[in-house]
Amino acid sequence: MTKSIAITEYLEIELETERWKCRCCGHDIASARDNYKTGLLVYNRDPREIHRPILNADKYEFTYAPDPTWCRIIEYYCPECATQVEAEYLPPGHPLTHDIELDIDKLKARHLDQKEAAE
Amino acid sequence: MNIHSSAKQERSLIEKFLEENVLFLGPDPEIMNNHKLAPETAAETTALAKFTDADQMNLVRHKLQTACNESFDMVEQMGAAPGAKWGDLIAGVWTASGDLALSSMGGVLLFSVLTQHPVKFILKYWQKDPTVGLKEGDIFLHNDARYGNIHNTDQSLILPVFHEGKLVCFTGAMVHEGENGAIEPGGMPSKAESPYDEGLKMPPIKVGENYTFRKDIMTFLQNSVREPKLQLEGMKSKLYAAMRMKTRIEETIAEYGIDALSATLRRTLTDTADEVRRRLRTWPDGKVRQNVFPDGTLRENVLLRLRLEMEKRDDELILDFRGSSPEFTNRANNTVLASAKGMLAQEFLSFVWPDLPRNQAVFEPMTVLTDKNSALNCSPAAPNAQSMMTFFPSFTAAQLAAPKFVYSASEKATDVISGWYNMIVTFIYGGFNQHGELVGNVCADLNGMGGAARWNRDGEHSIAPIFAPMADIGEQELIEEEVPMMKIVPNRVMRDNQGFGKYRGGHGYQQIATMKDTSLWGFMACSIGSKFPSTHGIFGGYGAATYPLCKVTGVNVFEVMKDNRELLRYTVEEIMNEQPFKDAKYTTHHMGLQLEFANPGELYMLTQGSGGGYGDVLDRDPEMVAQDYRDKLVSMDVARDIYSVVLDATTGAVDPQGTAAARAAARKKRLQQGKPYAEFVAEWETEHPPEHLPFYGSWKDPKLIYRGSPTDTCSADAMVGVMMPDPKDVRIRQLESQLEQLTKG
Repeated sequence: MTKSIAITEYLEIELETERWKCRCCGHDIASARDNYKTGLLVYNRDPREIHRPILNADKYEFTYAPDPTWCRIIEYYCPECATQVEAEYLPPGHPLTHDIELDIDKLKARHLDQKEAAE
Repeated sequence: MNIHSSAKQERSLIEKFLEENVLFLGPDPEIMNNHKLAPETAAETTALAKFTDADQMNLVRHKLQTACNESFDMVEQMGAAPGAKWGDLIAGVWTASGDLALSSMGGVLLFSVLTQHPVKFILKYWQKDPTVGLKEGDIFLHNDARYGNIHNTDQSLILPVFHEGKLVCFTGAMVHEGENGAIEPGGMPSKAESPYDEGLKMPPIKVGENYTFRKDIMTFLQNSVREPKLQLEGMKSKLYAAMRMKTRIEETIAEYGIDALSATLRRTLTDTADEVRRRLRTWPDGKVRQNVFPDGTLRENVLLRLRLEMEKRDDELILDFRGSSPEFTNRANNTVLASAKGMLAQEFLSFVWPDLPRNQAVFEPMTVLTDKNSALNCSPAAPNAQSMMTFFPSFTAAQLAAPKFVYSASEKATDVISGWYNMIVTFIYGGFNQHGELVGNVCADLNGMGGAARWNRDGEHSIAPIFAPMADIGEQELIEEEVPMMKIVPNRVMRDNQGFGKYRGGHGYQQIATMKDTSLWGFMACSIGSKFPSTHGIFGGYGAATYPLCKVTGVNVFEVMKDNRELLRYTVEEIMNEQPFKDAKYTTHHMGLQLEFANPGELYMLTQGSGGGYGDVLDRDPEMVAQDYRDKLVSMDVARDIYSVVLDATTGAVDPQGTAAARAAARKKRLQQGKPYAEFVAEWETEHPPEHLPFYGSWKDPKLIYRGSPTDTCSADAMVGVMMPDPKDVRIRQLESQLEQLTKG
């Protein structure tokens, strides 16, 4: 049986195969040595769809909704089960963030060595 | 004598002259850039060799901790400043080398990693100076952030403690006192364009001897601020608290011996640092990254990038903020590096390892990298009274990044948590109160920040500020006894103001303020996040919304409601959308309001923000959505459109089949609208910030810094501070241009 380490609510790393996997459906996302986001679907969300204007947008400049020309919500979905793995707030066109870059060799050494020691 | 030896002698003479004739003692970079522990002294080595019983040491530590807590309580009870009353302070004890070894459990924990700097300045510069000196009974005061503080509205009082003629430690207290004589009342001037606009700026200064304040210095200080009685009272309460702690230390020495004190203070520091290193080793090695985008200077909306790369290597944590925004040379939103470190330490003291002792060693295994003259490492010439506008977002970057390490750590001291709401949404005020006294200070409503969602539960509503887990918001009735402000709607949570997620953030409350019975009264506000949310969610959860300052002017609501009580509305949404007060002017603004004199009965309205959400909204238990609907926290629209939960319009009960179908449809829609990563990046990513965006900081390359436009750049290694035009001049130019067009037309 392969050993996996949960890295976030929805992502795990399968140590032997060095793969990012979806924790909801097991979908094989990307190499654990790469950006997991490369294996997800990405969507550019108008922030007003999530944080809707509470004040009348026809009357007021500031409405409790973000300015869509300043801020976008980049949503990342698992291509199989459509779980929203991340939601990143960025200015339009800003490079996407490679947010998790773990030392896979050390991760494997720590957890697989522990497993071997236990056995 | 040859020409070389002559030049050498001349150089030596010049160096000697400069050494003996220092004209100005500015902040010492050697002190200010070093947050590490001082080397172990010979006295500490001896003490550690003699006092070795762990149980005894534990008793001594608890006795000192209790003394810190007791002093904290004293200041909180005696202090007249609103900040003191709601816990914006700490009390602590420093080693003889100036390291903060213990501080009160409550209060503003970021002081724990800041206050060693002024003590070390006293030791380095005043101890041997014949005109100052350091002896028993001396009282030192300090408030300038450039010498180690959050901002100069906070004042630190420090006492040296001697035993048999030898300096053994320091005691003291730091309090948010408020008024400090700045260009605007209340102590946090967002209008300041230079350090000289920020009021009193004290490096560590001796203000008393023999435990008595010098009358001449006290008189000077009182004449420098708008609240002279508060200045005196604040200093007295801090002095008595520090003296009480000194008494407790003397009792400790009498009971356990001087070695017990020295050994315990030192071991508390080194044990804390060792424990942090041990805990860091349980985190995976690697890098995590987080960007945050503060959206204003409080004078204008601009977009700053604060870029964090957090690297964990074995038992060390490196927080690399290089590539972040340059400083704003004539805006108050800049942060002194030492203050930034203090705020970053807050994340670990409050949210990651809240069980650790409160002392500066918590941050010892950490390194912070910044660019010189950047927003998080500003020059001494840049104002910093509103450093919260950059160092709170830097905290948020760390808070959002940490879970990516902590989630898989084999050992956790507390929960995995999303982004706490991070802005001080409250009113600062200045003017004459109903008793005819000139006052200027800040309301405690800033402590009602919405709590973040956690891995297993929702965030709490308006629970606590990010910088003080046990601060209070004060009693409105008591506040109204002292100042002429009234909250016609105080502390009512706002519907749909939620960081959505599998677990949602806690809501923030609305504050609808007005005033009466005063000859002159002004409001200020100092928060960002009106165009770009200031805090985000984690693991698929959404962040806070954005928040405006709303005003209803040109009306006295007390008069118009005198016989028409039905005009009253209980939410900002109703007041602004229904506009019940005829002929009044209804406007919205960003939350950076410089002192604005109001008329009686006009309304100023702010809304505390929500904590960030955790996890996918489609994973939220439909019953929890229904409960939020019944509690009026979310509308039917949000239940349907955000959570894809179908509720019965009459009862609010969940329709399980309808919800399952709605969620299946929502997932299907995601699969249809989402694009493969490479395809998305090709369409999305741009080489430079967009033309329309006043963007400050790096974009793709952390070494290339944008200064407000795609063509104005500098190198991160030679950062050039930004000078902003006066917003009123900008407005005048716009109006003149419009006038010219009309005239031509």
